[in-house]
Amino acid sequence: MTITMPQLGETVTEGTVSQWLKKPGDRIEKYESFVEVSTDKVNAEVPSPVSGVLREIICKEGETVATGAPIAVIDEAGAEASAAPVAAAPSAAAAVSVPAAPAVASNGASRGPSGTPNAAELLRRMSPAVRRLAREHQVDLGNVKGTGKGGRITASDVLAAASEGPAAATAASIMHEAVRERAVTAAPANAPAPAGSGRSTYAAPVPGTLVPLSPARKIIAQRMVESLATAPHAWTMVEVDVTNLWAWRAKAKDRFQAEKGYPLTLLPFFISAVVASLKRHPLLNARFTNDGIYVEKQYNIGIAVGMESNLVVPVIRDADGLSVAGLAVAAGKLVEKARSGKLGPDDLSGGTFTVNNTGANGSILSKPIINAGQAAIVTMEAVVKRPVVIGDAIAIRSMMNVCLSLDHRVIDGTASNAFLSQLKGHLEKMGPAGDL
Amino acid sequence: MAVAPPASTTMNNVEAVRTTLYEALKSDERTLILGEDVGARGNVFLITKGFIDEFGPERIIDTPLAEASIVGVAIGMAMEGLRPIAEIQFADFIYPAFNQIVGEAAKTRYRSNGDYSCPLVIRTPYGGGVRGALSHSVSIEALFYHVPGLKIVAPSFPADMKGLLNAAIDDPDPVLFLEHKKTYRLVKGEVPAGHYTIPIGKAEVKHAGDLLTVVSYGLYVHQAIEAAKRLAGDGISVEVIDLRSIRPMDRTTILASVRKTRKLLIVHEDNKFGGIGAEISAMVVEDAFFDLDAPIRRLCGPDVPAMGYAATLEEEFMISTDRMAEAMRDLVAF
Repeated sequence: MTITMPQLGETVTEGTVSQWLKKPGDRIEKYESFVEVSTDKVNAEVPSPVSGVLREIICKEGETVATGAPIAVIDEAGAEASAAPVAAAPSAAAAVSVPAAPAVASNGASRGPSGTPNAAELLRRMSPAVRRLAREHQVDLGNVKGTGKGGRITASDVLAAASEGPAAATAASIMHEAVRERAVTAAPANAPAPAGSGRSTYAAPVPGTLVPLSPARKIIAQRMVESLATAPHAWTMVEVDVTNLWAWRAKAKDRFQAEKGYPLTLLPFFISAVVASLKRHPLLNARFTNDGIYVEKQYNIGIAVGMESNLVVPVIRDADGLSVAGLAVAAGKLVEKARSGKLGPDDLSGGTFTVNNTGANGSILSKPIINAGQAAIVTMEAVVKRPVVIGDAIAIRSMMNVCLSLDHRVIDGTASNAFLSQLKGHLEKMGPAGDL
Repeated sequence: MAVAPPASTTMNNVEAVRTTLYEALKSDERTLILGEDVGARGNVFLITKGFIDEFGPERIIDTPLAEASIVGVAIGMAMEGLRPIAEIQFADFIYPAFNQIVGEAAKTRYRSNGDYSCPLVIRTPYGGGVRGALSHSVSIEALFYHVPGLKIVAPSFPADMKGLLNAAIDDPDPVLFLEHKKTYRLVKGEVPAGHYTIPIGKAEVKHAGDLLTVVSYGLYVHQAIEAAKRLAGDGISVEVIDLRSIRPMDRTTILASVRKTRKLLIVHEDNKFGGIGAEISAMVVEDAFFDLDAPIRRLCGPDVPAMGYAATLEEEFMISTDRMAEAMRDLVAF
């Protein structure tokens, strides 16, 4: 085929060959740029209208010829070029703005997908459908004869091979490996899993490490299981407005720390309110036995103290005999002993009810497990400023959630909610006017 | 003068639109038509010829050449309980109304938190191939299909015209109703009598096949069917889907077909860049990537500012049935 000088623009009548990108004997693919042509308006690479071999250069570099004059001869490959245009004539605009783009006709690139690989590439490249079907049907693509363009393997070819049976589905070829590799690295989460080949496409899992059980861990595990297995847990929660209490504590805490040497947290206020409430609702200060519900006479309040890998619940004995200040000192001492590992057996036994300050770690809602042998456990969650409706107004209040898990064998919701209401009432009544 | 709808149930698209409008005006006093030359002239394609005599100038309103006002007034009517059918004489003239359509009509329900809706139909003839030159040939769908709150339909069979126009009139929100002007008298078909609707957002397979899915709308649906019939003669089975509604778009029908054929050709007259085909293509790649056995192809109008008047330029712009058949054959062989 003789290639002529393209018309690079409506008013352009001639062009100059500025550079040959191929030399005689070179292989040229269709749409591959093979010569650079300049006019007074543009400088453009010209793509070949056919695939073949460059046989002859007619127009040498630097020569200017009229549009339509022969510039080269390309020996076409096969019959593919029969319908191809004679002139290499891309639209000027397309060729200038995207010099390397294939000549996809002047009509808005709508006559051919510019991303279509050439014949040689098509033999190697598999469409998404082909890859998926090959994987699903365990078809070795190396053994499939392609009937598509340029011998490309089509989805139908894969299905035909699959229906031929195991002869086509032999051991993995290099092609198959490539497909599998893509499946692992590139497939989205909803990609079809490989059909039951028994061969995982994923690498073996990286082993984790085993942390040995410390004696404390073993006891915690045992007690938790025991509690959950024996006591049917029910759970409930109330919201408490601690704005005034918070102000009280803020006002008093620096002086308290200076005088007593222990921090004044919200915990002693809370324990004080809990004890007052337990007195009105003694069934929560109790435990279930097969002979009956054993109601305690003492108010020994366990406080959960969490450490890095341990949890202990030291007990404030006869908490009903202590003021808020006394409770603060007692709790402070126990926490100190817990952190330094100096708690003795007496510190840890005899609890009748447990308070867990989960809010200290930022929790606003938790579902505690009852300390085995008690009737209930209550948590104090983090104090958070929230908009709250009071009457018909919205106010910013310091709010705290209080969560309760109860042994449903001992009490029911009515009793536990009465206890929580009482507790809420006590806490909300506490304010800066109070006496530590 | 009494205007009777055509007695025959075989109609062209002009007659289908005319019949539907007539029946709507007859059956619901809230409906009215407003636009340029819709009254005394009876619309440039004679769709509303004689309506003004039967329904009077209060319901068949000749407006000034002011598209923003046509749509703006219609929005007010729609919000206050009427069922206006606004006409933009040619789609090429719709630009002054863009703000009213996009900025007002499409947002009415959202902005009023559902207190107001805008049951408005905007009809307009679009498309080329009729020597309409720069100002009477344009396709406008891509300018509007980006807009949530706006429905766009573009039927091209008489029965679909009636069913979808009825659905558009009944719809509580604004609908842009596009009529390809070359199909007006070219396309004929059976139209059921009486009131019926076709749901907006449902495409239809107009020609069933196995090896390739062709999605189109408007004039090109007819050419695509013709090309598919030619290919069927050579034993090549191609499925042609008529989108009918552009927004909402019928993903289900498109995806089901592509999953079956594994190949997709999109044909539309509007230019390619950012066109309806871009959205269809993206949707199919997102949802059916692993079913595709060939690159998606789009056969579209060229990226030029307008359709030329010269016959050669118009021919170059429009896609011939031969080119469609060639593209189908090529993609099937891939």
